[in-house]
Amino acid sequence: MVASSTLLPQPSRWIRVAIWVLILAVLVAAPSVLPVFRLNLLGRFLSLAIAALGIDLIWGFTGILSLGQGVFFALGGYAVAMFLQLNTSAAAGMLPEFFRLYGVSSLPFFWEPFRSPVFTLIALWLVPALVAAVLGYLVFRNRIKGVYFSILTQAALLVFFNFFNGQQKLINGTNGLPTDTTVLFGQQVGSEPVQRVLFWITGLLLILSWFFVRWVVRGRFGDVLIAIRDDEPRIRFTGFNPVVFKTIVFAIAGALAGISGALFTVQSGIVTPQFMSVPFSIEMVIWVAVGGRGTLLGAIFGAVLINYGKSLVSEALPQSWLFIQGALFILVVTALPQGILGWFFAGGFRNLLVRAGLARPLATYPSLELDGQEEVRL
Amino acid sequence: MTAPLLELREITMSFDGFLALRDLNLSLQPGELRAVIGPNGAGKTTFLDVITGKIKPTSGDVVFKGRSLLRDQEFSIARLGIGRKFQSPRVFEQLTVRNNLALAVSRPKSPWSLLTGALSRQGRDRVDQLMEIVALHPRADYPAGSLSHGQKQWLEIAMLVGQDPDLLLVDEPVAGLTDEETDLTADLLKSLAGDHTVVVIEHDMEFIRRLDTQVTVLHQGHVLCEGRMDDIQRDERVIDVYLGGADDQQSGEQH
Ligand SMILES: Nc1ncnc2c1ncn2[C@@H]1O[C@H](COP(=O)(O)OP(=O)(O)O)[C@@H](O)[C@H]1O
Ligand SMILES: [Mg+2]
Repeated sequence: MVASSTLLPQPSRWIRVAIWVLILAVLVAAPSVLPVFRLNLLGRFLSLAIAALGIDLIWGFTGILSLGQGVFFALGGYAVAMFLQLNTSAAAGMLPEFFRLYGVSSLPFFWEPFRSPVFTLIALWLVPALVAAVLGYLVFRNRIKGVYFSILTQAALLVFFNFFNGQQKLINGTNGLPTDTTVLFGQQVGSEPVQRVLFWITGLLLILSWFFVRWVVRGRFGDVLIAIRDDEPRIRFTGFNPVVFKTIVFAIAGALAGISGALFTVQSGIVTPQFMSVPFSIEMVIWVAVGGRGTLLGAIFGAVLINYGKSLVSEALPQSWLFIQGALFILVVTALPQGILGWFFAGGFRNLLVRAGLARPLATYPSLELDGQEEVRL
Repeated sequence: MTAPLLELREITMSFDGFLALRDLNLSLQPGELRAVIGPNGAGKTTFLDVITGKIKPTSGDVVFKGRSLLRDQEFSIARLGIGRKFQSPRVFEQLTVRNNLALAVSRPKSPWSLLTGALSRQGRDRVDQLMEIVALHPRADYPAGSLSHGQKQWLEIAMLVGQDPDLLLVDEPVAGLTDEETDLTADLLKSLAGDHTVVVIEHDMEFIRRLDTQVTVLHQGHVLCEGRMDDIQRDERVIDVYLGGADDQQSGEQH
């Protein structure tokens, strides 16, 4: 028998097939069934799921808890918004409107390459990947782990947020860059036909992202990630350099967040520094925790489920969502530490027995190790 | 005499003024099997920490194959050919026995080669062979976390062997093993010597006797004496150290 590469909960074959049939059915049917408003909402949730896949890669598999994915998400969003702004104003031979309001008469240099659609398509994932790689490398190289790493990502988030928020003359500061009124191929981006196409693109990219991350976590590369999560200092003595592996996956997660942010921006009509708000980055982690870490499908499931719940609750009882989300998170952490899909895949019934004290627990929570000295000396 | 494979020159390791190692000199010939004994707190584990780069000595030099290791990180020292088994077994509990071994035998260990290719035919055969040696074949596809203490000890030894280092550093390999397992471990380590250089740290005197090899006695971070087991056991100083002085009782408390 060939064992699955990881020991994370694996669904049985028919469950996996059923889930894929469901996902494909939704993607194929949604555009003809849903009114464009609902379709657009679903498209946004699916784009968020791409960022969640990245978080599952770094957190679920590698044990790196980033609370600053909003930085990379926003970078992707700004990249695509800058392109659309330029594309629209160039047709009229002018600068984007907000520049004129602030009396800026020449385009800031870093806007210039975003006139090119090809450059933009590459930059929207490569720029966040590079930022993540540099930040990650500097931190990982100094062997900063666990909660210290999480705190640093929060700090980075605040720095980026404050910078973007304060730069009216460069990127319209707190107002952000609207995209719904911009024009692409002669159509308004916020118009129905464009939004329908964007939904398809989002679905396609989500599936491709899932395949990509799965390819990364399968096999020996993924085993090294799990080994890093289990006992990072130990893997060094077997000849692996964890810094390189962690930098790579952090960059991949950054790239996925960038793609996610770009797709989210064009479907919600604007990018603002609020993409880098602290609660939003924490929410991203909650999606993965609730859906089930280390399962990939759980990340997608969690992102879509929670955001769908959020939109339903917010329509009915606008003030109560934060409480419900908090309660859901606490419930999952205490009762279902593997998340909903993790619980389901691992045989939820068995877990009920565990809680009733009738069976031994199977799963462990990756610990937040503070430094490299955890060898137990006898 | 050929050039030594490993040389420790005047190693001193100070932890906030506490000298865990004091002017330690030691040299290993290629193919040698060396036993290191000493009371708790003598500095045996610290001595391995210094060789493998886990800590950097306060002064002195570690020379392996004629080259100083002081500027290398743990992973590059491992790649140069020094493997280590930890005192309390450290295996990757969430990976299967097979996958633990697969990581050990993988080479090169660069991310790109791990991402783009499966383990070679040779590598897979090696993993099977290693599982056979340590009798973990029936547990191949179980998580290492589900193994018994003794099985984890053996898995870690198998990982160490699979890494195919020139120098194997083995810290208390038989702690928690049954007598039968202890004998098998001694035979395994003896069979490795010759092709490899092996350093075994142990408390168990019977085990050391069975290794039938040169013994180094460490005491308070310093080499007390070296010799065959029979001579060592008659040595006054060694008897003193082992039958207690209050100092040793104290330094042993933390272990
Ligand atoms: N990282 C450390 N910080 C402070 N003291 C240490 C550290 N590592 C070891 N020591 C001390 O050094 C001495 C030698 O420890 P060790 O090498 O583990 O002994 P043993 O011979 O039992 O393996 C002990 O007194 C121990 O408390
Ligand atoms: Mg020790």
